[in-house]
Amino acid sequence: MPSYVITEKCDGCKGGDKTACMYICPNDLMVLEPNSMKAYNQEPDQCWECFSCVKICPTQAIEVRGYSDFVPLGSSVMPMLGTEDVMWTCKFRNGTIKRFKFPIRTTPEGSANAYTDLKGKDLDSGLLSTEEADGYELQVPKETV
Amino acid sequence: MALPNIPLGELKAVKDPEVEEREVDILIVGGGMAACGTAFEIKKWAADDTKILLVDKAAMERSGAVAQGLSAINTYVGDNSKEDYVRMVRNDLMGLVREDLIFDLGCHVDDSVHLFEEWGLPVWKKTDDGKNLDGKKGQKQGTLKAGATPVRTGKWQIMINGESYKRIVAEAAKLALGDDNILERVYIVELLLDAKKENQIAGAVGFSVRENKVYIIKCKTMMVACGGAVNIYQPRSVGEGKGRAWYPVWNAGSTYTMCMKVGAELSMMENRFTPARFKDGYGPVGAWFLLFKAQALNGLGEAFAASDAAKVELEKYAPYGTAAITPTCLRNHLMLFEMKEGRGPIIMDTVSALAKLGKTMSKKELKHLESEAWEDFLDMTCGQANLWCATNTEPEKKNSEVMPTEPYLLGSHSGCCGLWASGPDYDWVPDSYKIKAANGKVYNRMTTVDGLFTSGDGVGGSGHKFSSGSHAEGRMAAKEMAKYVRDNADLTPTLSQSKEELVDLVYKPVRLYLEKCNYTTAVDINPDYAKPSGMALRLMKATHEYGAGTATFYQTNSKSLEVVMDLLSVMREDCEKLGAGDLHELMRAWEIIHRIWTVEAHLRHIQFRKETRYPGFYYQSDYPGQDDENWFCFVNSKYDPKGKTWDVFKKDYIKLIS
Repeated sequence: MPSYVITEKCDGCKGGDKTACMYICPNDLMVLEPNSMKAYNQEPDQCWECFSCVKICPTQAIEVRGYSDFVPLGSSVMPMLGTEDVMWTCKFRNGTIKRFKFPIRTTPEGSANAYTDLKGKDLDSGLLSTEEADGYELQVPKETV
Repeated sequence: MALPNIPLGELKAVKDPEVEEREVDILIVGGGMAACGTAFEIKKWAADDTKILLVDKAAMERSGAVAQGLSAINTYVGDNSKEDYVRMVRNDLMGLVREDLIFDLGCHVDDSVHLFEEWGLPVWKKTDDGKNLDGKKGQKQGTLKAGATPVRTGKWQIMINGESYKRIVAEAAKLALGDDNILERVYIVELLLDAKKENQIAGAVGFSVRENKVYIIKCKTMMVACGGAVNIYQPRSVGEGKGRAWYPVWNAGSTYTMCMKVGAELSMMENRFTPARFKDGYGPVGAWFLLFKAQALNGLGEAFAASDAAKVELEKYAPYGTAAITPTCLRNHLMLFEMKEGRGPIIMDTVSALAKLGKTMSKKELKHLESEAWEDFLDMTCGQANLWCATNTEPEKKNSEVMPTEPYLLGSHSGCCGLWASGPDYDWVPDSYKIKAANGKVYNRMTTVDGLFTSGDGVGGSGHKFSSGSHAEGRMAAKEMAKYVRDNADLTPTLSQSKEELVDLVYKPVRLYLEKCNYTTAVDINPDYAKPSGMALRLMKATHEYGAGTATFYQTNSKSLEVVMDLLSVMREDCEKLGAGDLHELMRAWEIIHRIWTVEAHLRHIQFRKETRYPGFYYQSDYPGQDDENWFCFVNSKYDPKGKTWDVFKKDYIKLIS
């Protein structure tokens, strides 16, 4: 289901420090055409439909059209990614619309505790750093042959 | 109109790229769950002056198999015993697994899950009266670490709201390692051995997919975790739908190929995974079977998996087939049997399942249930949700077809191919599972090349790690690498190739392209080079037809394997003549090289193992059924980088857990 860029909505992220879709695409598909300052999907048959570009686009210029080899026309699935939730709008070919909201994160973005001050003590034990700090005891298999 | 003889990509490649040389102590190749685990853990053990670098082909925020998100964490041990975890993995993989690696992983995986939750991953919880709460509402139950009860769909799986799973895990990894120690959009393509010290890793070479720049990176130790291999067999959808692979389409077998080419021993490369998924969209079926208790029906409407005939068939594969949970390959086997007998298609009866659940539920609860069904897709396979929309499929009103996919190679999901890696240096681990480095010491998760570690999809013989286990394993490898650096303080990595030789190696497809592209009027049709896109189709056609692809219902035989090996050797020759005009195409050129080598290893192993260990995943028709007397062992292989020869051999399996 390749992503596509709506010409009118894409501004090439000219106000930003990077072209968002190009930055995020895990398969290096989204590229910026520098003359028109518009992005496009350069290899639609390698698109995993992961929606990473759709979710990150600051102007909601990217949507997805189902793979032409098996998806009928007329539907759409669109996410709106917030800081705590994602809102999905799923539009059926027959016009039915379903909306879903799911949590995505319980902490503020950027606040993940990377334990940067934690230093492990015993490099020769089998314990990971946070396990060592918690006093975790490593188990030995008991039910053996 | 001008002649179309310009490369298509926006970032044109040039003959002479810039070269950046770096020297670090520890190099992490990959950016997925395993590499994020390594990135999180490494500085907690490495000395303060240790130089560390992580190199990712994409952007860590959305790279690897979890890029899209996940709706469940498939490995959380919790109250279960680690011994049972080993038994589950062993049974699913038909008896032959590395029980040391699996038990060891089982001891650490929960710690990673606890971190994910602390970092902000919403984890579903059970209330005291047995109701399910999503990850936001469930926060009032407390954390898993503090003893809250997760919502289990099976014995090992827990439900999450995982749309941003990878973003959260990558955030912690990046904060821990520091942006200065991370290179994104750099594709490492070859590993380099030390010029002076035999069998010691010394570095890697790769290129930027954003600018014309080659990276030559020296290191003392390295962790390679770049996922499994996808698009190696012709997919069931061959147009745009080629991208709708079940596993991430960008996984090119780089882990296996790069490591095997420096002589690292592979293990169980014959194992593969052909998941049964919702047809075409490849949406997950796990929640439908486990959470919603749906049944799969054949074309006659029969629940074939519960039939007497199925029972008789499964008994042929005792004790695995008769275990409480039928192994994944045998579930496929039963499905294929129906299809081959003309009793397809296979239908997931979502309508009856939801109707049955609805009987005991209020309207509000039913609405919630519907939303759970959709979230399962939207969290991890958005395209399946769109396919339902496009075909007007509401699961409570219309059933959906299920179909086994094309084959995939991986070591972290329900498959176990990969590298032969050392177990931990504990008393209970047999010596034959320990790999000693030149200094006589054992390093957990080190391959047979000194200083070269792997984790996640890279470790052979220990499947069912999934996202959480891969992260934990990456952390385990991190600690061992810190140890390796400490123990090998006097090591100075030295490369045997010159800078120019390495640039020539990496940019060969570009140089050939630029030399020859003006000979014809259309860049894609030229007798002097092969484009990666064409080579990719050639590989997929060969494996599809001869290598037990979907064309033959996953059957191959000795003669077919002989044919495909010939085809592969010619493909490898032609890969010397790949042409790439832009940086994206250069990436594709190296990916197809990696894929071809990985497939060759896979098929060499299938050729060697003269039995059918995994019916449902593949059939060696000359040797149907399992032959425990001769083949209850691992199959390992080693490519000798000096002699350029392969050696495939048996390796003893040792049962540890009763």
